[in-house]
Amino acid sequence: MTARRLLGGGRIDRSRQITVQFDGRSFLAHPGDTLASALLAGGQKILGRSFKYHRPRGLVAAGVEETNALVHLRDGERHEPNAQATMVEAFDGLRSTPQNAWPSLQFDFGAINGLLSRFFGAGFYYKTFIGPFSGTKFWMFCEGFIRQAAGMGRATTLADPDQYEKINAFCDVLIVGAGPAGIAAALAAGRKGDNVILVEQDRDLGGSLLSEPVGSPSDGWLAQARAELDDLPNIRVLTRTTAFGAYDCEVFGLVERVQDHVLAPERGKPRQRYWVVRTSRAVLATGAIERPMVFAGNDMPGVMLTSAVRSYLNRYAVLAGERIVVATNNDSAYTAAVELAKSGAKVTICDIRKEIPAQLGANAKSAGIDLRPAHAVLKVTGCKGVKAAYLVPVSSQGKATGGSVRVACDIVAMSGGWAPTLHLWSQRFGKPIYSEGLDTFLPLAEKGAFTCVGSLVGSASLRDALQQGHKAGGGTGKEPALFGHADFWGRNLLPVTVVTKADGGTPGKAFVDFQHDVKLADIDQAYREGYVSIEHLKRYTTSGMAADQGKTSNLNALARMAELRGLAIPNVGTTTFRPPYTPVTIGAIVAHDHGLHLRPTRLSTIHDWHTENGAEMMDAGLWLRPWYYPENGESITEAYVREAIHVREHVGIVDVSTLGKIAVQGPDAAEFLNRVYVNGFKTLPVGRLRYGIMLREDGFVFDDGATARIGEYDYFMSTTTANAAKVLARAEYLLQTAWRDLKVHVTSVTDQWAAIAVAGPKSRRVLTDVTSADLSREVLPNNHFTYVTIGDVPCRLHRMSFSGELAYEIYIPAKSGRKVWEALIAAGPPHNLKPYGLEAMGALRIEKGHIAGSEIEGRTTMKDLGLEGFASSKKPFVGSVLRKRPVLEDPKRPSLVGLEIIGNQGATAGSLLFAMNAPAKGHGEGWVSSTTYSPALKKNIALALLSRGPERFGETIQVVDFVGNQTLHAKVVSHHFFDPEGHRQNG
Amino acid sequence: MLRIPCPVCGLRDETEFTYGADATLRRPDMEETDPGVWHDYVFIRDNPQGRHKEYWHHVSGCRQWILVERDTLTHEIFGSSLVREVAA
Ligand SMILES: [Zn+2]
Repeated sequence: MTARRLLGGGRIDRSRQITVQFDGRSFLAHPGDTLASALLAGGQKILGRSFKYHRPRGLVAAGVEETNALVHLRDGERHEPNAQATMVEAFDGLRSTPQNAWPSLQFDFGAINGLLSRFFGAGFYYKTFIGPFSGTKFWMFCEGFIRQAAGMGRATTLADPDQYEKINAFCDVLIVGAGPAGIAAALAAGRKGDNVILVEQDRDLGGSLLSEPVGSPSDGWLAQARAELDDLPNIRVLTRTTAFGAYDCEVFGLVERVQDHVLAPERGKPRQRYWVVRTSRAVLATGAIERPMVFAGNDMPGVMLTSAVRSYLNRYAVLAGERIVVATNNDSAYTAAVELAKSGAKVTICDIRKEIPAQLGANAKSAGIDLRPAHAVLKVTGCKGVKAAYLVPVSSQGKATGGSVRVACDIVAMSGGWAPTLHLWSQRFGKPIYSEGLDTFLPLAEKGAFTCVGSLVGSASLRDALQQGHKAGGGTGKEPALFGHADFWGRNLLPVTVVTKADGGTPGKAFVDFQHDVKLADIDQAYREGYVSIEHLKRYTTSGMAADQGKTSNLNALARMAELRGLAIPNVGTTTFRPPYTPVTIGAIVAHDHGLHLRPTRLSTIHDWHTENGAEMMDAGLWLRPWYYPENGESITEAYVREAIHVREHVGIVDVSTLGKIAVQGPDAAEFLNRVYVNGFKTLPVGRLRYGIMLREDGFVFDDGATARIGEYDYFMSTTTANAAKVLARAEYLLQTAWRDLKVHVTSVTDQWAAIAVAGPKSRRVLTDVTSADLSREVLPNNHFTYVTIGDVPCRLHRMSFSGELAYEIYIPAKSGRKVWEALIAAGPPHNLKPYGLEAMGALRIEKGHIAGSEIEGRTTMKDLGLEGFASSKKPFVGSVLRKRPVLEDPKRPSLVGLEIIGNQGATAGSLLFAMNAPAKGHGEGWVSSTTYSPALKKNIALALLSRGPERFGETIQVVDFVGNQTLHAKVVSHHFFDPEGHRQNG
Repeated sequence: MLRIPCPVCGLRDETEFTYGADATLRRPDMEETDPGVWHDYVFIRDNPQGRHKEYWHHVSGCRQWILVERDTLTHEIFGSSLVREVAA
């Protein structure tokens, strides 16, 4: 292959010269080139090695359908694998390297795989797992070998230094593809005043028109159209942008390669931008991709699609070779053949068809082309590039009918017809419809909010495409006129793409899927082994499953299977497409949503005090909460043990602002609470609060918390931190659906109130100091609240305990949370007040036997948790009937107990429980839910759910952690470890 | 992604909503004591193909529960209304 850059022509900027690198070599290029066109012009034949057999591979295409020329781009942290050289714009300093070609492109050690090719045939992966190889170490042997030799690109492990962003957009009409049809649609819609987004994956608008020779009539039309697109303010044109996904309700995913065409993004610009577009309607003008032909050696560097050879000639002014054989079965290749001949190449056309339209024959002849009807390429020979093609006379089925003639050549240009780029349509609507005449699948021109135009629907000529686009856009303004052009759809197609010997075989490997190295013989083998359904064929051979998703291979694989089965193509079926149309960088989809921006972080209004005072923080859902406050370099264990002891001996404060808080208001608020809580709320007087339990409809425990009656029709409900949103949504659901007769409003006030728990024997004294109020037991008994002022902040003071100590909760207008916290700290020294964190809070509640999220985990009932006494028998409540299901009343169900662990080792949550004499196998008789070292008891303790638990107090059991491989022994006790009578909290 | 019309907020992304429940079911009265009735309400669902009525919650919007009529096969959405305004 002796490609060369022509002295004139092309849509490149010859005034500037740039350098790109590939495999350590420098290539001169011009702005407007792609990496592929620069490499072709520079004579680089081999661009990579094939996936399985490591055969040398060169360019097949000039666009997004390229299947061979996958390269690595850039180095270091910007290294990028699997870039299609045809889609990479050439820029000065671009560094690229081949992938999958160790140790080098020219001498490839892996080519020895070719000798082992029977191992890589269809079904290889399946067969190594089942059948005679099953249970042997054969797979492991193969795996190491395959991993080293096969595979696509290599990703970097370094962090991506670039920014990506996401943008939401809305429009009346989204037009995908800015070829002639798409542009006509955009202009018509834009003139009408529609809000239009026009998407083009290329850097330039024009589509197939860019592959017309410079100076063609289309250039003038295109220039005019571009100017009008610029002028219309309601048209947004996105170039370098791929619409990769069409989703329900006319939502599209696009990715805009904002700064991929430069060495490193300019400051402040994203590398790529992910667009989520919602549109009222869509016009698809995505064109069609040429089909390769299947013959022996069709993967040799130098065998290319005719449309690509034409594109390199006219757009990039690169003549791909000097002696070119065009292998076709339709009219569309003739324009290219004539242009190539006129540019100085010696051209031979072999056309499988016997009858060739007279005008085409005349054109070819006058261009000096050797035209051979009823002939085809049987095989191509060469070593690292095409040297010769063997032409044979063929039947109308593509089988050789005579001896072959060797024609020396350096390029074989294939044109097996066209396959519409119907991926987006298929993503949305499923199976396309087979067209007999065009031997391909087409989308419906009109379906739902989609209109398909141009060569996507097989429009026969440029004129048709323009008219369709114009109409789809709304038909506004002058109809675009652009004639005198060759048809760009393969008219008069003979639906044969496979060329074989008379016996149906190929003299050498003939490839169907280049990227996954799937041969014609693999399709045949899959058929013989019974994998005849198209979905099985795909998975068995992996045809169409590479990064290119079978853009060039699907139809040929399908046609071969149809031939083998003696069925018409539509009866064999076709696979449907799923997003993305082309690979999308994860970074673009993630955009800014990573690290701290992955999800919101909720902070209490006291947060800054915690961090300023050395607290270690921990995640609790979206919240950050103080975990412990280490003193003098304490470990977490030392810190929380000290904090817990401190609370029991003196007084501690803990930030509980994260508790869910819901205002329940309205004349029927009491009735509402009475229905959602298992216990009665109708009798709760103003000024009192009550602990309540909620069930789900199915009778399992949902949540718990205290609710205070603020006024006649005004309640303040608290929920656990984790369930706040769920409880509110559930309340809204019931009130808006089933209980619409209740006059109740529920409003989340979580963010409006900061909350601080004050716990410990000295808590009353601290609070009396800061409030100057009478907080004696007589004035404010347990489960009562009152209003106080701390500093100048009006607060509500609830008396209730989670720790088992004399304790209070202060509810403070959120903005003053820190002020009140600091007032407590300031008043603290005489009473030895200290802050404590979540870890100590957990230890205190476990000692007290209070349940939390680890016990209310969706599988436990009130009975399981020993809470049945709370349930009112006088009224129905949510879950009141189904909680009595026999299976939930089974006495063998695990129920809540305490465990005193024997020895110095603590148990781990999730450990399974077994009787002492039982083998530690299976799921056991229960599990450990919460565990801590109890400073009060000076023991390791745990809460657990144990079958028939309360009957087994005193029994010693095994506590087995299968993950940590640890077995402990524990004594079953009541879960009320500490102060079971509640003297301390009621004091 | 679905686009769901909220009677209060207009056409919004599915991500602003959470699916709630099958809207063709009616919650039994609070006084209902037959476990079979509750069992059917909580556990038994048809799996219709085609037009179906569903409750969705505009949880990141107006927080209204809405009744959406949707084709379970094509995801076409035929309209929505506030549940509190639908005849019980
Ligand atoms: Zn809404």
